[in-house]
Amino acid sequence: MGNKIKAAIIGPGNIGTDLLIKAQRSELIEPVWMVGVDAQSSGLVRATQMGLKTTAEGVEGMLPTMREDGVQICFDATSASVHAENSQKVNEQGAVIIDLTPAAIGPFCVPPVNLVDAVTQKAMNVNMVTCGGQATIPLVAAVSRVQAVIYGEIVATVSSRSAGPGTRKNIDEFTRTTAKGIEVCGGAHTGKAIIIINPAEPPLIMRDTVHCLTKEDPDQKAITQSVHDMIQEVQAYVPGYTLKNGPVFDGKRVSIYMEVEGLGDFLPKYAGNLDIMTAAGLRTAEMYAEEILAGRFLPQAG
Amino acid sequence: MDLRKKKITVHDMCLRDGMHAKRHQITINDMVKVSKAMDEAGIPMIEVTHGDGLGGASVNYGFPAARDEEYLTAVCKEMKNAKISALLLPGIGTVDHMKMAIDCGISTIRVATHCTEADVAEQHLTMARSIDNLDAVGFLMMAHMIDAEELVVQLKMMEDFGANCVYITDSAGYMLPDDVTSRISLARAELKPETELGFHGHHNMAMSVANSVAAVAAGANRIDASIAGLGAGAGNTPLEVFVAVCDRMGIETGIDSFKAMDIAEDLVIPMMDHMVRIDRDSLTLGYAGVYSSFLLFAKRSAKKYNLSTRDILVELGRRRTVGGQEDMIEDLALDMAKSQGTL
Repeated sequence: MGNKIKAAIIGPGNIGTDLLIKAQRSELIEPVWMVGVDAQSSGLVRATQMGLKTTAEGVEGMLPTMREDGVQICFDATSASVHAENSQKVNEQGAVIIDLTPAAIGPFCVPPVNLVDAVTQKAMNVNMVTCGGQATIPLVAAVSRVQAVIYGEIVATVSSRSAGPGTRKNIDEFTRTTAKGIEVCGGAHTGKAIIIINPAEPPLIMRDTVHCLTKEDPDQKAITQSVHDMIQEVQAYVPGYTLKNGPVFDGKRVSIYMEVEGLGDFLPKYAGNLDIMTAAGLRTAEMYAEEILAGRFLPQAG
Repeated sequence: MDLRKKKITVHDMCLRDGMHAKRHQITINDMVKVSKAMDEAGIPMIEVTHGDGLGGASVNYGFPAARDEEYLTAVCKEMKNAKISALLLPGIGTVDHMKMAIDCGISTIRVATHCTEADVAEQHLTMARSIDNLDAVGFLMMAHMIDAEELVVQLKMMEDFGANCVYITDSAGYMLPDDVTSRISLARAELKPETELGFHGHHNMAMSVANSVAAVAAGANRIDASIAGLGAGAGNTPLEVFVAVCDRMGIETGIDSFKAMDIAEDLVIPMMDHMVRIDRDSLTLGYAGVYSSFLLFAKRSAKKYNLSTRDILVELGRRRTVGGQEDMIEDLALDMAKSQGTL
């Protein structure tokens, strides 16, 4: 176990638990803490059974010992409203925080697009945008790395069962944060995001549409190649990331139709929207871990 | 049924739902001209927004001829008596759009969700309720997909968030009068007495006027209709027809029937790009329970990929697609063309 970086997961809900299961398979990350607020919650009980240290006192419950427990990376899978406080507290203890909420205090991180930048800048807080952002921004970037994209728009359709209370209460944060991510990471001049929740049973697999408007006529061959390359890169950590149709070219419009099936670790396979978040969060942590293990980065307070 | 002396509020849709049938290309001039005529005719409420609500301007739904801000500003300042409303679909528009529309002078915000997903409207209805004198309306779309009991749970959620009026919306034009009666009457019995209750129909099965009368009989007091029916699919409840029926039945709308008929004939029908009516494809929307604004998208994809519009619509219904899933249509058409070996 000596060659793994120790990590804490804040938030033992669906996302936190799925992340825990994925992290246990990691060769670079060792989850040691699960932080919750309700001792009876099934996520906290499960984490205890799996041998993690747990607390129901929130981040405060972990702070006194997190340094001596060697925690260098924390995942925040709570909600945007409490993230800022969590982030400050764990940063003070010298741990990097990977933000899976739409709080977006730190720089956006979409692994195949700009993970290297985030890590080389040694950011102590990185934000994973949104589930829709993780599923679509790589493809906006795949087009914008070929030629200028004046407008990027994504439509994420998720099953009703996979849209939790946090997403529902703060649906505007999803559209705003995703739109900003399309611009900042995706490289589109203007971004627009739409989310649709569909209650059909059996639940539909997450589907995403990416529309880009290019400045000049699209180079169809180069864009098609770039999109296929990018899909392979995402498949490295989300095997169920699948091109359904496209790229379709219609004048200066480029449209790509995707489906995202999850691994089915803790969350059901249809919840590809949640799976791509946890997979991207873990991928980010692993990259940090590599830097730490290689002696190139030592996370530290302020 | 005796509905004499019953007072209802008719809310016109031709400048919002009508945007679907016009591919969102209604000009500011036409908006102002038609809304002024409606104000003159005594129509008390008029909706003005992109067909898919505030923030609907997109590749997915279509870019409009002008921005919502421009339409709303131009129309609001011309109104003598009529109140202007805007539509907002959480997931497409945000509270920022809502604030903009309030600054433009709207009196009503209508927050629309799929019939099972009312909780995504919490942010928007809570904020709407906090603004003095703003009429906050919750709007449950595709209401044919769930039964009256399930619908009431969602309507109450919207009421709890702060809606002073809630709507049962037949987005697919699928409901028959009994479907309306059962839903409206249970909602009326279960909601707070002071909460207003509305019905929004589509004419895909030629039931919109009968459904709207059934809604009034069962306790609805707000009815959406559209001059000349200009709206998605086979259009909305044609306002001039509904008002004429109300006159004959003694239901009081405060609208001048002849003036409404004249606006339909002289202003709105000449604006139509195609006759908004029941044809094979719009009838299929109602028959298969499909969101009415999918019509023109399905027609375009059918033409591009050499398919039948009806086949596309039936498949969209079978997959239980919901409002807003326009992006599904080209994707599905590509799948169908591939399986037919034509692509």
